[in-house]
Amino acid sequence: MSWELSDDHEMLRATVRDFAAQEIAPHAAEWDRTCHFPTDVVRAMGELGLFGIVFPERWGGGGGDFASLCVAIEELGRVDQSMGITLSAGVGLGANPVFRFGDDDQRDQWLPELVAGSSLGAFGLTEPDGGSDAGATRTRAELVGDEWVINGSKAFITNCGTDITSIITVTARTADGISAFVVPAGTPGMVIEPAYDKLGWHASDTHGITFVDCRIPAENLLGQPGKGFRNFLSILDDGRIAISALALGSARACLELSLDYAQQRHAFGGPIGRFQGLSFQLSDLAVQVENAHNLTYKAAWLKDQGRPIGQAAAMAKLYSTEAAMDAARVATQVFGGMGFMEESPVARFYRDAKILEIGEGTSEIQRLVIARNLGLPVE
Amino acid sequence: MNVIVCVKQIPDPALPGELDPSTNTLKRDGKLILDESDSYGVEMALQLVTAAGGGEVSLVSMAPNDEVSGLRTALAMGAAKAVLVSDPSLAGADALTTAKVLAAATKRLGDVDLIIAGTESSDGYTGTVPEQLAEVLGLPSITFAKTVEIADGTLKVDRQTEAGYDEVTCPLPAVVSVTAGVVEPRYPSFKGIMAAKSKPVDTVTAADLGVESVSWAQQITSVEDAPAREAGEVIEDDGESFNKIVEFLDNLKVI
Ligand SMILES: Cc1cc2nc3c(=O)[nH]c(=O)nc-3n(C[C@H](O)[C@H](O)[C@H](O)COP(=O)(O)OP(=O)(O)OC[C@H]3O[C@@H](n4cnc5c(N)ncnc54)[C@H](O)[C@@H]3O)c2cc1C
Repeated sequence: MSWELSDDHEMLRATVRDFAAQEIAPHAAEWDRTCHFPTDVVRAMGELGLFGIVFPERWGGGGGDFASLCVAIEELGRVDQSMGITLSAGVGLGANPVFRFGDDDQRDQWLPELVAGSSLGAFGLTEPDGGSDAGATRTRAELVGDEWVINGSKAFITNCGTDITSIITVTARTADGISAFVVPAGTPGMVIEPAYDKLGWHASDTHGITFVDCRIPAENLLGQPGKGFRNFLSILDDGRIAISALALGSARACLELSLDYAQQRHAFGGPIGRFQGLSFQLSDLAVQVENAHNLTYKAAWLKDQGRPIGQAAAMAKLYSTEAAMDAARVATQVFGGMGFMEESPVARFYRDAKILEIGEGTSEIQRLVIARNLGLPVE
Repeated sequence: MNVIVCVKQIPDPALPGELDPSTNTLKRDGKLILDESDSYGVEMALQLVTAAGGGEVSLVSMAPNDEVSGLRTALAMGAAKAVLVSDPSLAGADALTTAKVLAAATKRLGDVDLIIAGTESSDGYTGTVPEQLAEVLGLPSITFAKTVEIADGTLKVDRQTEAGYDEVTCPLPAVVSVTAGVVEPRYPSFKGIMAAKSKPVDTVTAADLGVESVSWAQQITSVEDAPAREAGEVIEDDGESFNKIVEFLDNLKVI
């Protein structure tokens, strides 16, 4: 038994760390302040092959494993959570539905650019009246002649309004239940609302979407009619491992920044790290980071082995995102007043951490999934 | 167009290094990485081969314990293959011995148009290996290249000097040392990383190369701490102090 990542994983980690340090870190605070989505850097992430890691070479992918994707997301997230979620959502919510449920025509049409990171895909599941309760989807799609006509609205959709967004996969109610559709960006009748004013993830792109008689060709149905609900649940399992990796990056960054500060900052005649009140908090944090790492990469390993991941993904997501919140709270405390200032990165990590416990299934939903897997009679 | 790049694998400069007290040389038994100052040579070689429309970039390296981590990075950037000389008898070898070994290693790679090296490594800093290598191979040597171009079988180099640069030409094959920072080394792509592990690394000993009786004359007799930095000069501003600053910068030849 071994818990070491491979040499390839480590080389990828070194590469993404270097890329993030050179191309992202110097600008992260500025992008955050101005809510700027850095299209050129996302494209550069594409050139590194990050959006294609897990996809087959046939569509230009790298044929790599899910653990590699987690390494990349963790390392981006260690520097800038917005760039981490842009990759995570671009792969897990953008390209993955087309890869998993599309036919070869749909894959050939959309995947090459999504895999290259020269375009981004989005996934519209959440609605103003239904997030956790995604089965309550109200958006409707009706087959009229050889076109689907979509009406309704979606809320909080990542990557749906960037300059390079190519498609939005949308779930909608049809005669058979809930189905999924590929809606190309710019389709008349699909209105991308102005960007949200968010607490964090300022450099990540998030909009609501309104559909008014939005018409798409019949062949844009993704997967079988009525299977949309079950399909997106399995998409979310993968996404949860990716969010766990993103949270791990945040927690690790907060730990590293705090360790550094606790040795530099002096009070009462010596470094603040010598106070047990801080050092024990950092010890606990180090344990949480280690646990988050192990849960994340265990879940990724199960996925790479083709084993069931539902429970492992929920556990990893639940634990790592709560660890990220704890880490952000401890880090801002270690930094004292400076932790409250936007000039220190921990303030940004603090604002960025909260969404981790909400997106791709709230902590409550993870606990519900875990309880159900334990055989408890949850409703 | 075939280019060989000499790359050194060094202890990670981000970690505290340690000297071997018996030889006064850097301990190299941990994991080694590609010397950043060689990543410029690798990038330049890849660009030259692309510009020539064909050929490949090969690597030669000398490192203990069959270390390939740094080579894998350069292979992931796009180099095609490598010769690694790894031999306990070479531990602590001086610059000239290194140059002889590297020269023999380049010969294993057959015909070559150009050999590129960094001007100096980031751990040893002797800055003499490229010229010694050229001498051993009997090839022309150009140092401190900031740009390298090849036209009609001739090498054209802009050679960095204190005052500016010299334009130098010379016939091929030749050995060129490349100044750090003159090109933007590419990041290895994910596909490059995946491909690197199946690229050939020919691991050989000094004897395999026909380099006999390895011994060297150079010895590092002692190592001292660098003198602590002296206090700077404080200039009181009397309204004319800019003259002193100009004079100071002028003495440094930076303006
Ligand atoms: C920045 C951002 C980006 C996002 N990106 C996307 C995207 O790309 N695509 C997409 O489809 N969605 C996206 N979302 C939506 C996100 O997935 C949802 O917000 C999330 O699933 C929660 O849904 P909700 O907001 O409707 O909250 P609700 O479901 O209304 O939940 C409110 C509260 O009730 C709790 N709750 C609900 N049901 C239960 C239960 N059964 N038991 C116990 N507690 C319960 C929740 O845990 C929560 O605390 C994004 C959200 C944000 C903020």
